[in-house]
Amino acid sequence: MENQDVNITIIDRDGVTHKIEAPTDMAMNLMEVVRSYELAPEGTIGVCGGMAMCASCQCYVLSDTELPEMQDDEEAMLSEAFYVKDNSRLGCQIPITPELEGLEVELAPES
Amino acid sequence: MITTDILIIGAGPTGLFTVFEAGLLKLKCHLIDALPQPGGQCSEIYPKKPIYDIPAYPEILAGDLTDKLMEQCKQFEPGFTLGERADTIEKQEDGSFIVTTNKGTKHKAPVVAIAGGLGSFEPRKPLIDNIADYEDKGVEYMIKEPELYRDKKVVIAGGGDSALDWSIFLSDVASEVTLIHRRNEFRGHLDSVEKVQELKSAGKINLITPAEVIGLEGNGKIESVTVKQEAKVFKKECDHFVPLFGLSPKLGPIADWGLEIEKNAIKVNNALDYQTNIPGIFAIGDVNTYPGKLKLILCGFHEATLMCQAAYQIINPGKRYVLKYTTVSGVDGFDGTRKEAPKAVVKAIE
Repeated sequence: MENQDVNITIIDRDGVTHKIEAPTDMAMNLMEVVRSYELAPEGTIGVCGGMAMCASCQCYVLSDTELPEMQDDEEAMLSEAFYVKDNSRLGCQIPITPELEGLEVELAPES
Repeated sequence: MITTDILIIGAGPTGLFTVFEAGLLKLKCHLIDALPQPGGQCSEIYPKKPIYDIPAYPEILAGDLTDKLMEQCKQFEPGFTLGERADTIEKQEDGSFIVTTNKGTKHKAPVVAIAGGLGSFEPRKPLIDNIADYEDKGVEYMIKEPELYRDKKVVIAGGGDSALDWSIFLSDVASEVTLIHRRNEFRGHLDSVEKVQELKSAGKINLITPAEVIGLEGNGKIESVTVKQEAKVFKKECDHFVPLFGLSPKLGPIADWGLEIEKNAIKVNNALDYQTNIPGIFAIGDVNTYPGKLKLILCGFHEATLMCQAAYQIINPGKRYVLKYTTVSGVDGFDGTRKEAPKAVVKAIE
């Protein structure tokens, strides 16, 4: 069977770089991948469960990987979140697909 | 002093179901929750969202689940201390505990069940350097007494329902209401957005968007905020600044109760009864952790049920009991009501 994993680089909140493989066939999103690799303590990420309602999974996109367009709820949440930059996204709104190969993100500080 | 058998900290689904299971064992419950209403995350964060993994409910809205749980436990007459956060716990000589809230309300019980989910919901504070200097000196993160704002100049920041709703409400109370939001768009009920639009047109609400409060000034109490609107920076006079950026859960004071904490959760003995390292204190639902833990409402229900059996043993040492089935035994409420299955008809066929 073909390898369905994509390679993603995640810089955690302590500045440590992790090169990880994420499955594309488990309907996971970027927030869930961070949790599955325990790159941020439980309770500090994905607090709302992935409904774009808490911004605890905010990350900065460092690579020029093409990502799905931002929906209204994600944009609204980011407009109320803290530490927001031009390259901010919510990890829970980014599904893991083959197009994400080579994605590089940094987790935003906890707030 | 409020006294009860099981003092439950957290009135989310797990806490509410505990009331029912405890009631079957004739144990009374009282619940403390930092939120003003029961339901926990289900009512605070996502009341209108469907849940698909509650057994026997192919789909149920989180708010409806809360209502059903309230209905199910009603006959066991739970007490509630709402809008108060459980702050301290003291063990008494007789083995019971006294839990005191941030408002000084005292509760006494032989068993404490922490069903605190992700913790108590605390307001998210904006990143303004000197904001702490003005807390309770004109800066409030929650509106508790609207009368405080009568004939005052109020600046509200935020773009969600609470910012919209309070702007609307205070437009009749305050002498001046200014709503500041980072974007031109607001995320809230359509009615509220339209109402704010109306009040803005009528000159009853000043709307400043897209803008942000970046500084606070005043001598001993707040006198103005510094607003950055695109390239423009200016001061806006005010008596109160109310940032409403939602709530985020924090484990809070419970973390200092001497309980073993791991991964922001309370370690429990899952082989038996979800008791913590302190005998008499249990942790159930999302707030606990053990090998293989899953944060699911249905797991919280299971944990609550087993915990109640252990609580019974603590409260009634040596007193015999066997598990009974509600279909067989019915349910006797503390309010005098009785529910029972209808008896089969016994009649000869001639």
